[in-house]
Amino acid sequence: MAAEAPPQSLSTSGHFRRRLGDRALRVITALAVLVLTLVMVLLVYEVVDLARPSMSEFGVGFLSGTEWNAVTDKFGALDLIWGTLATSLIALLIAVPIASAIALFLTELAPAVLRTPVGMLVELLAAIPSVVLGLWGIVVMGPFLNDHVEPWMISHLGFIPFLDGYPSPVGLLPACLILTIMIVPIVASISRELLASVPSELKSGAMALGATRWEMVRRVALPQVGAGLVAGTMLGFARAVGEAIAVTQVIGGSLVRPQNLYAPADTLAGRLAAQYSGAATALQKSSLAYLAVILLVISLITNLVANLIVRRMRRRLGTP
Amino acid sequence: MEGLATAAALLAVAVLAIVLISVARKGLPALNLDFFTKNAAPFGETGGGIANAIVGTVIIVLIAAAISLPIGVLLAIFNTEFAPQRLADAIRLTLNVLAGVPTIVIGVFIFSLIVVGRGQSGFAGALGLSIIMLPLIARATEEVLLLVPSTLREGSMALGASRTRTVLTVILPTAVGGIVTATIVAVARAAGETAPLLFTCSIFVATTVTTDPRQAMATLSIVIFSSSESPNAHDQQVAWAAALVLIAVVLIGSIVGRLLSARTRRQIERAR
Repeated sequence: MAAEAPPQSLSTSGHFRRRLGDRALRVITALAVLVLTLVMVLLVYEVVDLARPSMSEFGVGFLSGTEWNAVTDKFGALDLIWGTLATSLIALLIAVPIASAIALFLTELAPAVLRTPVGMLVELLAAIPSVVLGLWGIVVMGPFLNDHVEPWMISHLGFIPFLDGYPSPVGLLPACLILTIMIVPIVASISRELLASVPSELKSGAMALGATRWEMVRRVALPQVGAGLVAGTMLGFARAVGEAIAVTQVIGGSLVRPQNLYAPADTLAGRLAAQYSGAATALQKSSLAYLAVILLVISLITNLVANLIVRRMRRRLGTP
Repeated sequence: MEGLATAAALLAVAVLAIVLISVARKGLPALNLDFFTKNAAPFGETGGGIANAIVGTVIIVLIAAAISLPIGVLLAIFNTEFAPQRLADAIRLTLNVLAGVPTIVIGVFIFSLIVVGRGQSGFAGALGLSIIMLPLIARATEEVLLLVPSTLREGSMALGASRTRTVLTVILPTAVGGIVTATIVAVARAAGETAPLLFTCSIFVATTVTTDPRQAMATLSIVIFSSSESPNAHDQQVAWAAALVLIAVVLIGSIVGRLLSARTRRQIERAR
């Protein structure tokens, strides 16, 4: 009996130590979760807190106010919401077809040797820092649009109401195009991932039944991932809405709503980037924080919904 | 239709090429040793360089990595080792949503949290960048941890190792390549960010190198941003050359990160 005691006590102490170590790891890693939660909560709290004076001054009417005047201390976000939606939606209108086509090319059409390098090049487009894209936008793209593209559009498409006007090197159009460049890789990479995960039995089944490749894509592959494409589009939208730097560089920072596609405009994020450091009054600073609250709400909702859709798609298609 | 799809892919690659060629053509003439080793010239003078901005970017990004790397890896370990399915899902969702918060809003947040009352600092900028890096590192690390074959884990546990010892001596060493690549990609992303620094670390003396993160320091992205809006030809030249340096760093980081990541995956899969 006495001889058996030491091993037993040794093993209990080993067991105890082991449990202690596991518990310590669990606690330390759980602390990281606490930090993440804290960041998320503080982020919302601090931004709303900054916006509080403006929220109590203008209330919900801030969303429908069109004035932005530091002299009379009256602020409203309607024109900026308009500018944000206009730039983001036009960018999506151009980007989604291009991105879907790229995804199709990369999953169905491209020769195997090209898929990885071309896919990587498209993703590198997303890696270009927005400040560099913005610099390119003002110095190279803006003047090119002003000299060549916009005059052509005005003379050929000017009969369409919003497309008549005068060329301008900064304005809505360059902002839309810069945003397009930014969101194409995002939408393309999600669409590509989802299209690639469509079970190959389905695809080869359709082909075996005599469908052409395009019929297979349209009737079999796309319906499988339709909701996922919507989610990818939403993530692209969220990215476009939140982009501040490149937009503020190329959009011209106008205080009034533009009369046409070429005129200077402004967005929520663009105004925030341009004015926050130099806000003249406390109420202006707070109103700019109010813009940040609007951005935060849009991005939280869009990202939440899009991520839930993508998760459901992945579960259904059986990829982790 | 198939022709259009090919054209779309070509268009995307062409835009990448056009941007890169523009930046290279406009930036290269200003690149020389002085540009890397000297500080900005006093106002109105030509010459000078961006040594202070390079030093600032390196210091700020390193601090940001030092904050986000441990937290991100711990989060990933919690998710793969301890969290019940539902909690793990919730944490993943929170990380994705955090990754989607506009970076300019993160700038406003750090401004409110730290800069108000204390003034701008390299540390404040780094904290903003760390919030951007955290979801990138945590998600990529989790993916690699999940790739580690369960046979390795079970073998270790069967030999009597505790969970902690298994994580520290078996799982993390197997996954370390993946964690390094995740960090490289996140560092590349953070180095190119402007918005989180705009209100937290943008007012600095441009003619001296600052190495003290308690003060605001020059960064490549802020230098590009402020010179891009200047009508002065010399400032524009500086902006292009700085853009070339930044884009080279970011693209090399992204490419190396991706290639390494593919290699790590192959290695782990071979171990299976």
